Amino acid sequence: MEQQTAIRMQNITKAFGQVLANHNVSIDIRKGEILSLLGENGSGKTTLMNMLSGIYYPDAGKIFVNGEAASIRSPGDAFAYGIGMIHQHFKLIDVFSAVENVVLGLRGKDANLKLAAKKVCEICETYGFEIDPGQKVYNMSVSQKQTLEIIKVLYRGADILILDEPTAVLTPQETERLFHVIRNMKKAGKAIVIITHKLHEVLSISDRVTILRRGEYVGTIETKDATVQSLTEMMVGKKITLNIERPQVANPQKRIEVKNLTVMRQDGVRLLDNVSFTANSGEILGIAGISGCGQKELLESIAGLQKVSDDASILYCAPQTDASIELVGKNPKAIRDLGITLSFVPEDRLGMGLVGSMGMTDNMMLKNYRRGHTPFMERKEPKELAEKIKEELEVVTPGINIPVRRLSGGNVQKVLVGREIAAAPTVLMTAYAVRGLDIHTSYTIYRLLNEQKRAGVAVIYVGEDLDVLLELCDRILVLCAGHVNGIVDGRATTKEEVGMLMTHLQKEDGRNAV
Amino acid sequence: MLTSILSLIQAAVVFGTVIMLGCIGEILSEKSGSLNLGVPGIMYIGAIAALVGVFFYEGAAENPSPLLCVVIALACGFCASFAAGLLFSFLTITLRANQNVTGLTLTIFGSGIANFFGGSLNKLAGGVGQISVSVTSDAFRTKIPELSDIPVIGPLLFQYGFMVYFAVIAAILLQFFLSKTSTGLNLRAVGENPEAADAAGIHVIRYKYLATCIGAGITGLGGVYYVMDYIKGTWANDGSIEKLGWLAVALVIFTTWKPKNGIWGAYVFGLLYWAYYYIPGLNRSSQEIFKMLPYIVTIIVLVVVSFRNKKENLGPAHLGRSYFREER
Amino acid sequence: MQYEAGKISAKKKHREPLLRIAKRDSMPLLLSWGIRIIAVLLSLVVCAVVIYAITRMNPLKVYGAMFEGAFGSERKIWITIRDTVSLLCIGVALAPAFKMRFWNIGAEGQVLVGGIATAACMIYLGDVLPTPALFLVMIITSCLAGALWGVIPAVFKSRWGTNETLFTLMMNYVAIQITSYCVALWENPPGSNYVGIIHPQTKAGWFPSLFGQQYMLNVILVLALAVGMFIYLRSTKHGYEISVVGQSESTARYAGINVGKVFVRTMLISGAVAGLTGFIAVSGSSHTISVNTAGGRGFTAIIVAWMAKFNTMTMIIISLLLIFLEKGANEIASQFNLNDFASQIITGIILFFIIGSEFFINYQMIWRGKNKEVA
Repeated sequence: MEQQTAIRMQNITKAFGQVLANHNVSIDIRKGEILSLLGENGSGKTTLMNMLSGIYYPDAGKIFVNGEAASIRSPGDAFAYGIGMIHQHFKLIDVFSAVENVVLGLRGKDANLKLAAKKVCEICETYGFEIDPGQKVYNMSVSQKQTLEIIKVLYRGADILILDEPTAVLTPQETERLFHVIRNMKKAGKAIVIITHKLHEVLSISDRVTILRRGEYVGTIETKDATVQSLTEMMVGKKITLNIERPQVANPQKRIEVKNLTVMRQDGVRLLDNVSFTANSGEILGIAGISGCGQKELLESIAGLQKVSDDASILYCAPQTDASIELVGKNPKAIRDLGITLSFVPEDRLGMGLVGSMGMTDNMMLKNYRRGHTPFMERKEPKELAEKIKEELEVVTPGINIPVRRLSGGNVQKVLVGREIAAAPTVLMTAYAVRGLDIHTSYTIYRLLNEQKRAGVAVIYVGEDLDVLLELCDRILVLCAGHVNGIVDGRATTKEEVGMLMTHLQKEDGRNAV
Repeated sequence: MLTSILSLIQAAVVFGTVIMLGCIGEILSEKSGSLNLGVPGIMYIGAIAALVGVFFYEGAAENPSPLLCVVIALACGFCASFAAGLLFSFLTITLRANQNVTGLTLTIFGSGIANFFGGSLNKLAGGVGQISVSVTSDAFRTKIPELSDIPVIGPLLFQYGFMVYFAVIAAILLQFFLSKTSTGLNLRAVGENPEAADAAGIHVIRYKYLATCIGAGITGLGGVYYVMDYIKGTWANDGSIEKLGWLAVALVIFTTWKPKNGIWGAYVFGLLYWAYYYIPGLNRSSQEIFKMLPYIVTIIVLVVVSFRNKKENLGPAHLGRSYFREER
Repeated sequence: MQYEAGKISAKKKHREPLLRIAKRDSMPLLLSWGIRIIAVLLSLVVCAVVIYAITRMNPLKVYGAMFEGAFGSERKIWITIRDTVSLLCIGVALAPAFKMRFWNIGAEGQVLVGGIATAACMIYLGDVLPTPALFLVMIITSCLAGALWGVIPAVFKSRWGTNETLFTLMMNYVAIQITSYCVALWENPPGSNYVGIIHPQTKAGWFPSLFGQQYMLNVILVLALAVGMFIYLRSTKHGYEISVVGQSESTARYAGINVGKVFVRTMLISGAVAGLTGFIAVSGSSHTISVNTAGGRGFTAIIVAWMAKFNTMTMIIISLLLIFLEKGANEIASQFNLNDFASQIITGIILFFIIGSEFFINYQMIWRGKNKEVA
């Protein structure tokens, strides 16, 4: 039996300034079916779906809902067409309770808080959610927030659900529960779109897969005919082997020794719990874990950007002299003043690593602008460095004084990594260094990291893609809820083992970590 | 002693009513994310529009009807300040201009308009203090009969013009609207996180426009009350409306954006403002020091609120920023 | 394939929006200034209509009179220049704070306390100290007073994140009350509620004339400050720190910049320069102190600083424009027997247009039917 088409998007084009986010894309979404929208970061998946949810309006092309031409100019229009989207960045009001968020924007009886609370409980029962309608959003965990987003959409009676990277922040158990819910919704005849770049998820849950690459439509295939290899090929465009070079570790020496590192959030929650490990020169130490379980705090603690517990110790063991220097209690400037070069590529590139409104030259000076004894800036060297990085890393920019904010994600990262490496560090920390980058740029980054490793730098690589972690890193430290759940040999371990460590908290010393 | 306490309280209530209206109008506007620093200008515009309106009506009519006078004053004041709010909204919401700069400009513009026409009106009427809109002013100042004659309680509670009670009711209604109705919920969402509100299907732009304009209208009524009741239907280019306007902005912070706190907060400001007058033994220079009290208290509240860092008290999260859906 | 009508029927007709707004990448400098000039011209047309409606006079004549008012005689030119540099000086004071995204709307108060300090020195020390020492003391105290007024909100902001917009606003009124207190304290003659000209005979603490011009020193001082601030913001390490903090506090911390320290240090400078404006206003032009010593310029300067994008050189032009309008409008007011608040109306209208014009510089509009070209 032919399935009914819920939505047809025809020849959709959308540009942001000079950047073409979607070009001539056409897709079909059917009722009672789960469609995966697959593509690398930056391939235009989210932009495409945002045109269904009314956030963006297409520059060209047509949208049909249930066979009729539709014009979706606002999220309100989208709801009227029965389209509901669960955004990757949750659209919730922090100071409101769950049920207040649910009724937001509704009228009449739908907006009655008491009735809504009851109906929310019903929805929870039907699909197996758990949520307290009166709880404030700022007290919720990530997974609770996502549940709330789904309930919000279901409460509005959406027939077409779009989930943007729903599993990125979930534990495997939570993911499984979510998939269970999604299958239930499919049975109820709803059309579901999942935006993702994780192949195994595509294979396990969807009926069909539509692949986008660099904003263009590549093709749609039935999931039962797809394999990891075929999907990868369609996604990245050429037959590639996922081989990342991994040179042998030569002459490792202790460089950073972390002991009893605990970081507390203001409300007393332990973001890092008694973490201890060492990072050696000439090796890449991978850090794995579900996002938001302490990676950011760990790197920031070493970089001198976090307030840590009193008994914590972060020792820096200088090469040659073997002197040990305590880093706890020192800010980035104090650390640099000791002659220690810690390079750090943070997750938030434009919000932390670079100044978006400045050009490459001024960004080169960010960490060493204090050089020289006059109160004035010295711009000659940074300019030369900017030129050098632009050339060597093939940064695409109209000029080195163009605000870096206007560069594409990959080029922004090249500027940042280029600067951090140019500082000739002894320790190089990177957080999600390849997030949002195309395969080509990603491999450039891996190559640069390996070069640093060969040069005897202690590299710490926080990653989200297990395949990459397993191929790139010499040792992998697995974090789980701020706790070191194990440090494994990158050459010997398996994906399953790391996956287990990421999700099942090991108990030690008879103390229950939370 | 009792009479002086009573007259202090009366002075505080009358004074408080001006800034209470200004404050709840501004709360409505700020709840939608619009930090409108044009409050003094809007109060000016409301005041002068009402004055001009009834001045010509009383001049033209043989026997001006008090009721019609009141209606004309309120309608002129509300509409003119609504229009000022519309100008602010157009610049900051549609054209996404900086709210601080636009608000300050509106204050310059409003005080210019008001003092220009106020001065001209004075000239037309034959000199400063010669404007007479006595019918309107008397109507605004009519006390509640009988009840106001009760000793102590009468002067304390019932010897005011109707706008005093109107302001309290407006504050209560606004509190109810914001915390109990779904439209109020949507409005708060717009001020907290317009992106989320937009994704929930709320017409962000419409909410911001309406809240800012109606808020400006209410603020303008503060100016109407000032000119009709407080200074008895006259006009003076002495800048006192501007002072009151800034106090209204201060009061918004003092109330932590809750209209119900505006009721007692406004009277407390009134007490603080007039306290110097009733404290014996102050000379003129030390009186000026006492007039600082409302501002000092506001600063203290601002600081204490930031110490406690409680999300609900910090004001709308998106206050002062403009919203563009396709920003990226 | 067969389509079924959906359960949820969308009532709206299929229609593309008439007008959509998109952010511009960038615009050539010349074009952006062109837009601003067009906005000023348009605003002048609107003002002309308003003037005509009120006065029934030929607006061109009125504009001629405005020019007359601002530049009609040597004396008028010098008054215009004096007031321009006074506005400019406050703009210069605000530049570093605003560049740091610290909304210092307390310049009015900072100028006033600087003025009070200066007046106090003139009154109490004018007959005691020799002139150079007196000037030194006046400069130091006015800077300190302004800096103190500026730094209090900055300390709270850096320590507890207290909202600086509202804090600095309140500080203005505290300063105004202190001024009222001092006026009552120093009033001369007693009971007048005015301080009156300080040392009209000895002129102790007055700016000396330079090159035969009474206000030449004001101009030189302020221009030096403007150039100094321009260099400070553009070429020094401090200036770089200010830019980084203004763009992103977490980037600043990442770079090892102590954000709180930069807040405090920059507001010390900003407040000190504002206090210095008070010194120039009292010692260099009015020779008295009143609550009108700042005269609302503390607020107008916010608009100057913002419109100039914190570039102190651009501020010169914008200050001149605003003061020209003020003087011109005062002139028409007296010539045509209007009251001088007309100038505020005209200033307001012109500012609204300039504020609105920024939109057309930052965004572009796409009309219905135009989008085929994009694809």
